[in-house]
Amino acid sequence: MYVKQLSIFVQNTKGRLADITETLAKAGVDIRAISVADTRDFGILRLIVDKPTVAVETLKKANMTVSLTKVIGVGISDKPGEFAKVLRVLSDQDIQVEYMYAFISRDKGKAFVILRVDDAELALSIIQKSNIHILTEDEIANM
Amino acid sequence: MFFQKDIETMNRKDLESLQLERFKRIVKYCYENVLFYKDKLDKAGINPDKIKTLSDIQYIPFTTKEDMRNNYPYGLLAVPNKKNVRIHASSGTTGKPTVGFYTKNDLEVWSDQVARVAVGGGATSEDVFQIAFGYGLFTGALGLHYGLEKIGATVIPASSGNTMKQLMMMRDFGVTGLVATPSYALYLGECMKSLQYPRSDYKLRLGVLGSESCTIKMRNKIESCWNIFVSDNYGMTELGGPGVSGECTYRCGLHFAEDHFLPEIIDSETGKVKASGETGELVVTTLSREGMPVLRYRTRDITRLNYEPCKCGRTHVRMDKIMGRTDDMLIIKGVNVFPSQIETILMSTQEVAAHYQLVVRRKNYMDNLEVKIEVADPELLEDFGHLKDLQNNIRAKLKSILGLDAKVTLVEPQTIERFQGKAKRILDLRNETEE
Repeated sequence: MYVKQLSIFVQNTKGRLADITETLAKAGVDIRAISVADTRDFGILRLIVDKPTVAVETLKKANMTVSLTKVIGVGISDKPGEFAKVLRVLSDQDIQVEYMYAFISRDKGKAFVILRVDDAELALSIIQKSNIHILTEDEIANM
Repeated sequence: MFFQKDIETMNRKDLESLQLERFKRIVKYCYENVLFYKDKLDKAGINPDKIKTLSDIQYIPFTTKEDMRNNYPYGLLAVPNKKNVRIHASSGTTGKPTVGFYTKNDLEVWSDQVARVAVGGGATSEDVFQIAFGYGLFTGALGLHYGLEKIGATVIPASSGNTMKQLMMMRDFGVTGLVATPSYALYLGECMKSLQYPRSDYKLRLGVLGSESCTIKMRNKIESCWNIFVSDNYGMTELGGPGVSGECTYRCGLHFAEDHFLPEIIDSETGKVKASGETGELVVTTLSREGMPVLRYRTRDITRLNYEPCKCGRTHVRMDKIMGRTDDMLIIKGVNVFPSQIETILMSTQEVAAHYQLVVRRKNYMDNLEVKIEVADPELLEDFGHLKDLQNNIRAKLKSILGLDAKVTLVEPQTIERFQGKAKRILDLRNETEE
């Protein structure tokens, strides 16, 4: 089970992130997690939101270049070594992590990680077999 | 000071009869040796033997940059290749350069023309000239090189770049004359000052500057920075390179080498020859070239011709400094750039949308080009590396085709200013930042 992630092209100019997040707020979109990869001139803003389809439509209307990609979300206990276990499982199967970012939830003791890997299918089956909690879209929407 | 006084001060009547004789000969020569011209003249119904006066030139069809491109590589060569001893070229649209061919005699004539320009601008055999133009296919460096050697000056082929070394050589070799673009000459001067190198270490007295336009304001700046005398000259690969025209020390126009070129001013819309003294597009016919004669080349440069005799004693017609272009060609660091070239490069890159903008700036007296591209393909966002690859890829293509290192900036959709629905393609900010 994958979750949907928004990738948005953003120029590195003052106020740009504020503009984008305001646009999403007006559409009633709630942001769960956020990550930015950037250079001096531009960046890619990656978002996990409660209503990805609404978010994409809203941003497209605002002339943004935006894509929806499937990523893997895992839930782990917020304890030392838990996340390392996930990475070890993937690494043992030669799966490479392209990028990732983490967030915590309102439930105490739970942390979540969004993973983008080179072989998503294999990663998903391995994670499942290892009894690691895989986030669903519903879970994200109702967090 | 003259290099070939008898020719340069020849009375108008004799000059015109010399031109007529050469003009008749060159039309016939083109007709007999270049298929392109034969076809053109035949189509226009012109019999080269029937040319009687210089004004008959108005019946001859124009040659355009497009013709040059279409005849790449050897289409306009008028001699067997064994007589062709040199090939020069400048960058051209769609990667096809504009070429020039030279026989031994052409190289002699060319260096005479350049020698006249150099002497006209004050150079003598005592001078030590440093040439800070990029050597290579470009006509500027080798053109000035041989012209200056011809007058007996010492030539240092420094080529372009490496400002510290340029300044060192200028000082250590007692350089008295500099060949460079106006902006680079100024940059060198500013560097000398900011490094606190004493001006008294330098013997520089002359700048024979060219390959980009130099306003009088810019000239004043260079002159006061270096405390030298600067002259301007004009030429282009299509016409053999520098030495087509150049300023004398009175600097009231650039004297054409009228024994080797026949200039006209036309209305660029109608193609009709304009009355003497009117402003319009410069059209030039070569009168002496053997390797690549050119009939009525449309330079796209806008200027005016002045046939009044000059105070310097030269009788050859003077053209005003170039006032502009009839097309959208940009000259960036001495490289001819057509926006269409860049468009071709961008459009061959799949992920790029139709919206782009070229921004030309001048920083530290050096031109630089920025290509802004709107990122419209969501696929690119999968991986950050895709965007970097796209940027590097376009930069490399621009470099290999234009020979220019451009900055490629990726911008958001709809951020490039639209002009009647279309993106405003060119933003030339050079004059705003420089002067």
